[in-house]
Amino acid sequence: MSSPFVVLPIIFQLFLAILLMFCWTQINVQKLISVVGSLIAVIISVVLFVTVWNQGIYTTQAGNWVAPFGITFVADTFSSLMVLLTALAGLAVAVFSVGSVRNVRIKFGYFPIYHFLLMGLSGAFLAGDIFNLYVWFEIIIISSFVLITIGGEKAQLEGAVKYVTMNLLASVIFLTAIAILYGLTGSLNMADLSIKVAEIENRGLVNVTSILFLVGFGIKSAVFPLYFWLPASYHTPPPAISAIFGGLLTKVGVYAMIRVFTLIFIPDEFMITLISGMAAITILSGGIGALIQNNLRKIFSYLIICHIGFMVAGLGIYTEVAIIGSVFYLIHDIIVKTCLFMVSGLIFKIKGTYSLRLLGGFYKEYPKLSLLMAIPLFSLVGIPPLSGFWAKLFLLEGGLSVGNYWLVGFILLGSFLTLIIIAKVWAGVFWKDAIELPVKKQVKYFHELKPLKKQAMIGSIVFLSVLSLGIGFGAEFVIQVATRVAESLMNPKEYIEAVLGQTN
Amino acid sequence: MEILLVILIGLLYAAGIYMILRRSLVKLIIGLILLGNGANMLIFLLGKIVKGKPPIIEATGKALEGLYADPIPQALILTAIVISFGLQAFAIILIKRAYKVIKTDDLDEMNATDEDL
Repeated sequence: MSSPFVVLPIIFQLFLAILLMFCWTQINVQKLISVVGSLIAVIISVVLFVTVWNQGIYTTQAGNWVAPFGITFVADTFSSLMVLLTALAGLAVAVFSVGSVRNVRIKFGYFPIYHFLLMGLSGAFLAGDIFNLYVWFEIIIISSFVLITIGGEKAQLEGAVKYVTMNLLASVIFLTAIAILYGLTGSLNMADLSIKVAEIENRGLVNVTSILFLVGFGIKSAVFPLYFWLPASYHTPPPAISAIFGGLLTKVGVYAMIRVFTLIFIPDEFMITLISGMAAITILSGGIGALIQNNLRKIFSYLIICHIGFMVAGLGIYTEVAIIGSVFYLIHDIIVKTCLFMVSGLIFKIKGTYSLRLLGGFYKEYPKLSLLMAIPLFSLVGIPPLSGFWAKLFLLEGGLSVGNYWLVGFILLGSFLTLIIIAKVWAGVFWKDAIELPVKKQVKYFHELKPLKKQAMIGSIVFLSVLSLGIGFGAEFVIQVATRVAESLMNPKEYIEAVLGQTN
Repeated sequence: MEILLVILIGLLYAAGIYMILRRSLVKLIIGLILLGNGANMLIFLLGKIVKGKPPIIEATGKALEGLYADPIPQALILTAIVISFGLQAFAIILIKRAYKVIKTDDLDEMNATDEDL
C-alpha cells in the first residue's frame, strides 16, 4: 500500500531539530521540546508499526516517480520495528540527557544534533534505495561526529580522530560497492536489485561486490577484523551519547547487513562460511577483550562487539529460525545496551570514576538502585526468563538444525564469557567493600544535582529496564514479531511486489 | 578513454590507501580525500561513458531517442561530492583542533584512549 505516512518519523525528527535550533540559547525549552517531541515520535512509530503489522507493507515514492526510477521508502515489519526501537531508545536517551548532559554542551547544540541523528537512523531503516541508504548513513555519521566531539575534551578528540577516519573509510567502501553494483545492474532500487542481481551470470563480480558491502557494513557494525575503532572511541563522550551510540549506531550496520544479504545478495556456500567465521571470531575477541578491561564503559564497549557477533552469527547460519534469533537479539540488544551505558553514566555520577578497581560498595549504599541495575546486567547474560535468553535459544536451535556445531560452540562460549564479565562487574562495583575516593572538582556529583535531574536519570533507566523485562516476560509476542520479520526476510517476494507493483 | 580512467582510478585508490596508512594526521585526511575522489570517478566510469547526446527530451518527442548519456551517475556523483565536501571540512577542522589539544600529529602517540583509568 502506498502512503506518504511512511516518511513521517523522518520528517518529524527533522521538524524537531529545526524547532530546537530556534531555541538555541533557551536550555530548559530545548529540554522540554526534546522530551515531548521524542514522546510524540514514539507514538508515531507505534502507529506506523501497528498499521504495517495489520495491513502489510507500506511504501511511498518520492516525487511520485514510478518504483525503480525514483527514491522509494519502504516500511515493512522489519523497518517499522527498527523505527519503533529507535524512537523508544531515543526517548530514553533524551530523558537521560536532561539529567546528565552539562549545560555547556547543550549550548553548543546538543539537542538539535541529537534529533538529526535520530532522523538519520529512521531514514536508514526506511530507505528502499541503496544510494538513499548511503545518504542516510552519511547523515548519521556527520551527526555522530559532532556528538562525539561536542565539549572538546582531549580524550574525546583522540577518540573522534579514530572514529571519524574509520567511518569515512567505510563510507568510501560502501560508495565503491554501490558504483560497481550500479555498473552491473543499472539500478539502485533494492527490490529491483533483488531481481536483477539474481540474473547476473558473472557470479565472481557479484561476490566481490557483496564482499565490499560486507566490509563497509562490517566497519560500521564493528565485526572482527574491523572493530578496533569502537573500544577506542565509545568510552570518550558523555554517557548519554555513549548510550545512543552503543544502542543504535552499530545496529544500523547489522540492519543493513541483514537487509542486503537477505534481499540483494543471497549468500552462497563461500559467503556463509565467511560470515559465520567472522561472527565466531567477533564473539571470541569481543568477549576476551571485555574480560581484561577495568574501565566500566570499555567493558561494555567490548561487550557490544561480542554481541554483534551473535546477530551476525544468525545471518551466518542463514535459516529462518536463526534469523528469528538475530532479530530477537537485535530488539533485546538495542534496549539493553542503551540501558547499560546509562547505568555506567549513573554510576560515574555517583562515584566519580569508571574504574572497576576503585568502585565498590554500591549494593550496601544504594540497594534499590543496585537491584534496578541488575535487570539490564542479567538480561544481557540471558538468564531465563530475561530477554537475552530467548534470542540465544533460537540462535542455538538454528545452528543445531543445520549442523553448524562449531558456531553453536562459539555462541555458547560467548554467553559464558558474558556471564564471567557480568559476574566480575557485579563483584567489583556492587559487592566489593567501598574504597575511599578522592573528591574530583570537575565532576558534578549525583547528590549535588537537582531532584528533577536525578529523577530523569533514574526514570530513563527504569523505563528501559521495564521494557527489557517486558521483552523477557512477553516473549511470546516478541517471538511472533521476530518470526514475521524473519519470514518476510527469507521470502522477499512480498517486499518486491509491494515496491514494484503486482505486474512485475 | 575508459582505460585511462581505469588507471587514474587505480592510482587514486592506491595513493589514498597509502596515505591513510601514514602516521601523520594531515596525510590521513589527504588520503581520505583521494579515496573519495577515486570513488566518484568509479561511479562515473561504471555509468558507461558514451559519446552521446545529453539526456534531454526534445519538445516534440515523448522519450529519449538514440544514444544519450545516463544522467543518474552524474546525480550520484554530485550528491557524493557534496557529502564528502561536508565531511572533509569537518575532518580538517577536527585534526586542527586535535593537534592543538593533543600537541602531536603523530597517530602513534595518540593512545590516551587506550590507557587504563
